Amino acid sequence: MAVSLDDTIAHRQHSPLSFVLSRQTFWVFVAVLLACIALSFATRSFASPTNLFNITRNFTFTAIIALGMTIVIITGGIDLSVGSVLCLCSMVLAETMHAGAPIYVGIIAALVTALIVGGFNGALIAYLGMPPFVVTLGMLSIARSLATVISNNTVVFQFGPDHDKLLALGGGAVHLFGLTVSLPLIYTVVLALITGFVLRWTKFGRHVFAIGGNEHGAMMTGVPVRRIKVAVYIISAMSAGICGIVETGWLGAVTTNIGSGMELQVIAAAVIGGANLAGGSGTAFGALIGAALIEIIRNSLSLLGINPFWQGTFIGGAILIAVLFDRIRNFRLSE
Amino acid sequence: MAVLELASISKHFGAIQAINDVSLTIEPGEVVGLMGDNGAGKSTLVKIIAGNYPPSHGTMRLGGEAVTFHKPIDARQRGVEIVYQDLALCGNLTAAANVYLSRELHKGFGPFKILDYSGMYRRAGELFKELKSETRPRDLVDKMSGGQRQAVAIARTMLSEAKIVLMDEPTAAISVRQVAEVLHLIRTLRDRGIAVILISHRMPDVFSVASRVIVLRRGVKVADRPIAQSSPEEVTGLITGAIDRIQ
Repeated sequence: MAVSLDDTIAHRQHSPLSFVLSRQTFWVFVAVLLACIALSFATRSFASPTNLFNITRNFTFTAIIALGMTIVIITGGIDLSVGSVLCLCSMVLAETMHAGAPIYVGIIAALVTALIVGGFNGALIAYLGMPPFVVTLGMLSIARSLATVISNNTVVFQFGPDHDKLLALGGGAVHLFGLTVSLPLIYTVVLALITGFVLRWTKFGRHVFAIGGNEHGAMMTGVPVRRIKVAVYIISAMSAGICGIVETGWLGAVTTNIGSGMELQVIAAAVIGGANLAGGSGTAFGALIGAALIEIIRNSLSLLGINPFWQGTFIGGAILIAVLFDRIRNFRLSE
Repeated sequence: MAVLELASISKHFGAIQAINDVSLTIEPGEVVGLMGDNGAGKSTLVKIIAGNYPPSHGTMRLGGEAVTFHKPIDARQRGVEIVYQDLALCGNLTAAANVYLSRELHKGFGPFKILDYSGMYRRAGELFKELKSETRPRDLVDKMSGGQRQAVAIARTMLSEAKIVLMDEPTAAISVRQVAEVLHLIRTLRDRGIAVILISHRMPDVFSVASRVIVLRRGVKVADRPIAQSSPEEVTGLITGAIDRIQ
């Protein structure tokens, strides 16, 4: 049968359905749904409004940073400093407000701190060619140390005249369609929509993927690789800063331990959600799903009465299964 | 009028003379094979034309006008496109995304601009059709054959009105069937009036597609011959130095 060149060029290899079915993110999403259904039957408390409210609030702290981390991972980089940057930004916010400044000054101070830290990370990585792992490992140590210095290792729990506004910002809730929805969940959904839009519909997003696919090639083709790399580390630090502000409002206190070890949980969420540490792939939706799966594992273990010491094993298992699944699918395709 | 004219171009890096007094002219729609052993100065010459670095001496003219390039983008704006040996493609992006990389099309107005996916798919499809290549704009480059990848890299050069395309060893690492595909792409460019400089080690490719062959040895041009008057044996002799030079 003769097939014309026009037909071949116009032919789509994948239907939208087969494309969705081939995504790791989709299967993790299915796993999350199945887990939710099973837990609703297995325990009396899982599907209760209070528990659902808690889960959808608790996962946001990982999810917000996982959005920024996913963008960094798509370029083939990594940001180990997010947990410490969260701590530093929280502490800057807390100390500024404790000194009597209004809430907006505290928030601006925290975000400017994130901007400076992210810009510093990005400049060392993009312009001096230092490995992201090393630069952000250094910043992991520096940022937490600075937080300890400015607070003199004390706990801050009084936030000056705008104390109540800050607590409402992080701990508040609104009623939507008869459901009680936490404010952090709303922030997370808005940030995820923005992230998803930027990755899919802007030149910047396209270039982020290009750098992860072939950095040298992207540079030779005229992509402003260095500027984009600085921007992604700023975005990552800003996501940690935003999360720090929200989490401070929810907790009502800041210690120098806040966000400690969080970088690994955030990276786990991004990877479970389909971000490839070798660069070139990842989605905003995947970051949310990965963070949700981790929170559901944590929540269900305690509801099912399993010793919480097992949490790490289950979360680690989820990482391995998600990535293994992707590998097996790729083996099949390459055969 | 000649599309490209080099007059007494020399390039030295410190004490090393990479290119020594090379002059040549390229006409529109001409395919010229540039041959020489490793270290003969082929890539230095190509990098001078593509604007990677300026020559130490000599002048370069494009369409009769003297030009000085400081950056590759300068050369690109004057219609000099280069297809790198490794093609500089991103495997995780579609063919259309690669064709348009860093020259993306947008739609919308004012500050509300989004990527014009359908426009880029359509135009990339038209370019592949012009190249008579069975390449689908929506396919990921990772899933493509070597010949299709070449088509993507060449389609990139056709986005702007290129006058001259430099191709660095396009057939070095692909299968026999794909080599035929690439040679076909080069002829398509030629038929559109675009001049092609083909840097290659492979004698059969140069002899099947080029109308002229230029041989460099130790930075010096030792031959500039119409293909019809030459032979693979003669070119081999010129490359190795068994034949000193033919003027």
